[in-house]
Amino acid sequence: MYCLARALNLIATNGTRFNVQKVAACGIHHTFAQQGSQSTARYEDKPEFPGSRSRYVHKLEFLDPDSQEGIPVYRVLNREGTIIDESQDPKLSRAIVEKMYHDMTLLNTMDRVLYESQRQGRISFYMTNYGEEGTHVGSAAALDSKDLIFGQYREAGVLMWRGYTLDQFMNQCYGNQNDLGKGRQMPVHYGSRDLNFVTISSPLATQMPQASGAAYALKLQQKGLVAICFFGEGAASEGDAHAALNFAAVLDCPIIFFCRNNGYAISTPTKDQYRGDGIAARGRGYGIPTVRVDGNDVFAVYNATKAARDICLTQNRPVLIEAMTYRIGHHSTSDDSSAYRSVDEVSYWDQQDNPITRLRHFMVLQKWWNDDAEQNWKMESRKMVMKAFAEAEGRKKPSPDSMFHDVYTDMHPSLKEQMQAMKKHVTEHKEHYPLEQYDKMT
Amino acid sequence: MALPSKTLSAACRQFSLLCRRFVGTTAVRSVHFSYVPDTPDPKHGSTTRMNLFQSITSALDVCLGKDPTAVIFGEDVAFGGVFRCTVGLRDKYGEARVFNSPLSEQGIVAFGIGMAIAGSTAIAEIQFADYIFPAFDQLRNEAAMFRYRTGNQFDCGRLTVRAPCMAVGHGALYHSQSVEAFFGHCPGLKVVIPRGPIQAKGLLLSCIRDENPCIFFEPKILYRAAIEEVPTGDYELPLSKASVLLEGSDVTLIGWGTQVHVLREVAAMAQDKLNVSCELIDLCTILPWDKDTVLASAAKTGRVLISHEAPVTMGFGAELAATIQSECFLNLEAPIERVCGYDTPFPHVFEPFYMPDKWRCLEAVKRLVNF
Repeated sequence: MYCLARALNLIATNGTRFNVQKVAACGIHHTFAQQGSQSTARYEDKPEFPGSRSRYVHKLEFLDPDSQEGIPVYRVLNREGTIIDESQDPKLSRAIVEKMYHDMTLLNTMDRVLYESQRQGRISFYMTNYGEEGTHVGSAAALDSKDLIFGQYREAGVLMWRGYTLDQFMNQCYGNQNDLGKGRQMPVHYGSRDLNFVTISSPLATQMPQASGAAYALKLQQKGLVAICFFGEGAASEGDAHAALNFAAVLDCPIIFFCRNNGYAISTPTKDQYRGDGIAARGRGYGIPTVRVDGNDVFAVYNATKAARDICLTQNRPVLIEAMTYRIGHHSTSDDSSAYRSVDEVSYWDQQDNPITRLRHFMVLQKWWNDDAEQNWKMESRKMVMKAFAEAEGRKKPSPDSMFHDVYTDMHPSLKEQMQAMKKHVTEHKEHYPLEQYDKMT
Repeated sequence: MALPSKTLSAACRQFSLLCRRFVGTTAVRSVHFSYVPDTPDPKHGSTTRMNLFQSITSALDVCLGKDPTAVIFGEDVAFGGVFRCTVGLRDKYGEARVFNSPLSEQGIVAFGIGMAIAGSTAIAEIQFADYIFPAFDQLRNEAAMFRYRTGNQFDCGRLTVRAPCMAVGHGALYHSQSVEAFFGHCPGLKVVIPRGPIQAKGLLLSCIRDENPCIFFEPKILYRAAIEEVPTGDYELPLSKASVLLEGSDVTLIGWGTQVHVLREVAAMAQDKLNVSCELIDLCTILPWDKDTVLASAAKTGRVLISHEAPVTMGFGAELAATIQSECFLNLEAPIERVCGYDTPFPHVFEPFYMPDKWRCLEAVKRLVNF
């Protein structure tokens, strides 16, 4: 078949896209007999297998990833808050930087209050964002507010940047009558149609190929928007992660895959999760432009996300960002991480390489921030959080019969019967049900 | 040896504290049933006090100690597992035999099938039954059919998949599911659900040693709530054999896992409030299930209540009801009752209304006797 390959090669070198169907339709097969006696030597200098874009070698050599240097980590700010290379200064206004800092610290305060409230049995579950605030705010700030976000579950700062209010966070965690999710999901499963943030679901990585599909739809609709998909380095082991990256690459989807590599999937350290050079190393395999950034450097995250968005829209292709960070908190309130990592390890990250501290250093150097401002903001933000918390706690939960809604667009007769039976039973035996905590049944 | 009730209530208090620490149960909620411990069979030897997760660990310990080919793996298994079922096993048996897997359920099950094909005893953990579905293809199309499709040349009978299941008080959509019915539709698999520590250890050892692939669902609310005197040595309990926990003459109550304990309270309430005598059956094995025990009871009482947490439509209760009406038609005094989860996803703050609790079950008993 070398003559077919030759013909394909000619077409390819003539600048036409490699297209087997086109070649077959042109009847190139007919040349086989006429050219069969020619030397093959001139066609061996380049592999002509479908899709091939390399050369032949004549010594056996395995590609050994261990012998290659790791992918570098892009950084703008050093730990003292100084911009290392002026050309990389995102030149954000004071107002934007202050919003970044306010959101990162407000998130931190909210986390402390809600974590503690779970410990007191006031909400059933919580997950903190400690240590990853820079990945949230840096990425969110670089997006268009209409870009569609698919989160995993530890991206509360992204929502906060978009304008999800403290009330909304608290209402969801309490599952009360004002919860946009109507009390159906566990705490931290936020979502907002208005803010283009698709509601969180607990299963891992399921959102990833969905995000690829959404990005493809955005491309078809020519809205000039991208999808962004957050996921952890653990979720990247799921089969869905492979499907997501491959679909997006093959179908030229304008999507930013944003990996928060925080070192742990619950207790599982990265060394038990992958053998290669992190998640970024996979980008090349899928044919996806990739960058690894210091996730504790909010400006590096911002620059990377902004540039990734440009690539998505100008080149119509996905981009992979691996943001290196550290999960300072336990996985969730169900977890006690002292069982699998040392207190010293955690406090190193908390005290030596904290994204909030780094941004504060930068602001102090700019004379945009000082101890007084810090003190005032701490008090003000705590007050805001406590106010929202108290209000959410005081609200009733949605009516019990509302659990039957939204299974389908319309409630089919058999489900309606079940709803009526529930209402009848609960009404007749109301002494056994906590009806006083809920809105009245309809 | 049955625990004195004082000890049990202390254990329940401890459970509530531990839950807050590890599983996140809130102090404001309490378990929706009273746990009545099983009594160990004296022929299984000396016993020690264990909760359900400790009895699982004990079974795994017995297995790893006796079977040099046995391995345990899954997400977060190495440090002891998120429900503490594998605590200490890595230190005792080494990291080659007790190890973390990457985060991929389909990978975990398929890896286990492969190990089993190659002659190892593979014990795989899926962190929550709700997350088993990426592995559905491997379980349904591969594990269940391996022996059949290879003309019995190859099989993965040495595979056992463990997964926590059922409601826990605050688990919502994705930490509460009862998924047994999906696998009840897969000939070739065995599906087993224990009701407590003694049962769990004996049934798990049977599953591990059974020559067919088994799925072992562990009711997660019982991990700490259920405490019994469990035989410390090696013993097995038969698969596909239901337990008659209470003998009665008027109504047969059938459940499995956590719901067995709800139904035990229903039986007591029916006796006290209605003077109705209930026979309580724990199905124990979902697939293949023990028809003889169920049908004998249904024929005797003529009234049957089946109860499970999974949604009523296409729940495994439907299979039981269909078989009972077919085999015991002339014995039935009333239509078979099913008290189950509603046909909605498992909702978070509505769990008290969603559950097939004792009050709903008692109403069904009234309907059965008043028909």
